Amino acid sequence: MLDELRELYQEVILDHGKNPRNFRAMDNATHKAAGRNPLCGDQLVVYLAVDEDGKVADASFLGKGCAISMASASMMTEMVHGKTPEDAERLFENFHTLCTTDHTPDAPEGLEDEVEKLEVLSGVRQFPSRVKCATLSWHTMDAAIKGEEEISTE
Amino acid sequence: MATATASHTPEDVFDVEAIRAQFPILSEEVHGKSLVYLDTGASAQKPQLVMDAVDDMYKHAYSNVHRGAHRMSELATDRFEHAREQVRSFLNAAHSHEIIFVRNGTEACNLVAFSYAKKFLQEGDAILISEMEHHSNIVPWHMVAEEKGLRVLAVPVTDDGGFDMDAYDRLLEDGVKLVAVTHTSNVLGTVTPAKEIIRKAHAAGAKVLLDGCQSAVHMPVDVRDLDVDFYAITGHKLYGPSGIGVLYGKEELLNAMPPYQGGGSMIKTVTLTKSTYAPLPAKFEAGTPAIAQAVGFGAALDYMRSIGLDAIRDYEEDLRAYATQKLSAVPGLKIYGTMPGKAAVISFTLDKAHSHDVSTILDRHGVAIRAGHHCAQPLMDRFGVAATARASFGMYNTRADVDRLVEAVEFVSEIFG
Repeated sequence: MLDELRELYQEVILDHGKNPRNFRAMDNATHKAAGRNPLCGDQLVVYLAVDEDGKVADASFLGKGCAISMASASMMTEMVHGKTPEDAERLFENFHTLCTTDHTPDAPEGLEDEVEKLEVLSGVRQFPSRVKCATLSWHTMDAAIKGEEEISTE
Repeated sequence: MATATASHTPEDVFDVEAIRAQFPILSEEVHGKSLVYLDTGASAQKPQLVMDAVDDMYKHAYSNVHRGAHRMSELATDRFEHAREQVRSFLNAAHSHEIIFVRNGTEACNLVAFSYAKKFLQEGDAILISEMEHHSNIVPWHMVAEEKGLRVLAVPVTDDGGFDMDAYDRLLEDGVKLVAVTHTSNVLGTVTPAKEIIRKAHAAGAKVLLDGCQSAVHMPVDVRDLDVDFYAITGHKLYGPSGIGVLYGKEELLNAMPPYQGGGSMIKTVTLTKSTYAPLPAKFEAGTPAIAQAVGFGAALDYMRSIGLDAIRDYEEDLRAYATQKLSAVPGLKIYGTMPGKAAVISFTLDKAHSHDVSTILDRHGVAIRAGHHCAQPLMDRFGVAATARASFGMYNTRADVDRLVEAVEFVSEIFG
């Protein structure tokens, strides 16, 4: 039981939560969206700069939230760097399944390393009320890629 | 004969074990640990006798109320109206028809907004709330203000969580016709100086609605002594069922107000072109009410009175002081709301952990608290925090519960370093 807590709050998550990477606004973003969880008050903005080759040249975020949402956003921005928006969406889909079901889905081709890294967040499965914390940044990135300005999870 | 000693605490004279025995849910285990329930501010747990009152009604005395000329309807109506009398007595209202059954505290506030304020306030008039209101005592005013061209003003909260009386004095002069403020803050635990607020509002020609949803569970409330115009309470925070609440209103005001909703039960006559309305309280109770819930609510109030609201207040004050002392010793923990006389509601943050992480970790220790903005976003903004963790106490909590809370909070510090 307390083991589940230790699994949820692993070192790597605590580290990303305390020192989030790419935690900044972006002037030259090509995609940007705001995400909000009205139930808990967490909010963040995700920025992407997609270059002419169709790859994410830069990804960043700003916001307030718990360790899980900050860590998840931080890891996401690191991970989608250099990927196409389509690959980013594939990772989102994979991550969503990881957090909301009992099984670990097969990694999409070429994204095995990323999927393996995301498994550190799979501990949220044991904490249904915290799944949205882990997925808020990904939902927001998804909205940004689709050209939506804001999303709200409930 | 028992004599007080230096180690005398309210736990010695307040039979908390007998009270706990009335609440079956307190014997539940959560994640393998006995439940420590510190979320009474969100909703109180229910004593067996409330469940029994509801159960007994469904088994022996149930039908719709105020309708059928048959035995079951008469029995149901008697029990339902007895509940109204129990609420009257609990609040010390002058008349039972001043007790309007609604769904919850939110609906009570909405009733005043959309019946009283909509009818009696004019364009440019102001409604005065405070920075420490629950959204249920903010949003209805925004809605009616937009519709009627009213202004919504707010009394600031001081750094220690108090109601800024100097600002109130100034704001009252700005065309305020209705003051709608909390009696006890659901976040800070602050008990507002209601009598002074009401006296000054009346002198300025304004009526007063007190949101009493967080008060009546912690202390005696006397609407006549307060001289309050409207008072909102909700059953589920008073150890009763959800789905039932009460708006108390002074008879003359309720009589002058138009109905809030139309439908069955609230009419005198209906033709195809015109309706006339029933007298109080039916005028404000359109449709079938929450019948058994009202009966359970009445039972809950009688139970609280059998223990004694003064005794409950004193006992909880001891718990509050003990919890405040123990929590204050945790490094990096900050408590919001430090006013003297506050209720047993303790909001806090930890410098290294977000309140949702705190709540998750406490939950795994069997300790239920609330984390988040507590439906009081303006207050969160006031204190510059996105969220707080909140431990709110009820009459069934003990010092041992506080120890479990503190132990779990220390585990948070262990994880977050």
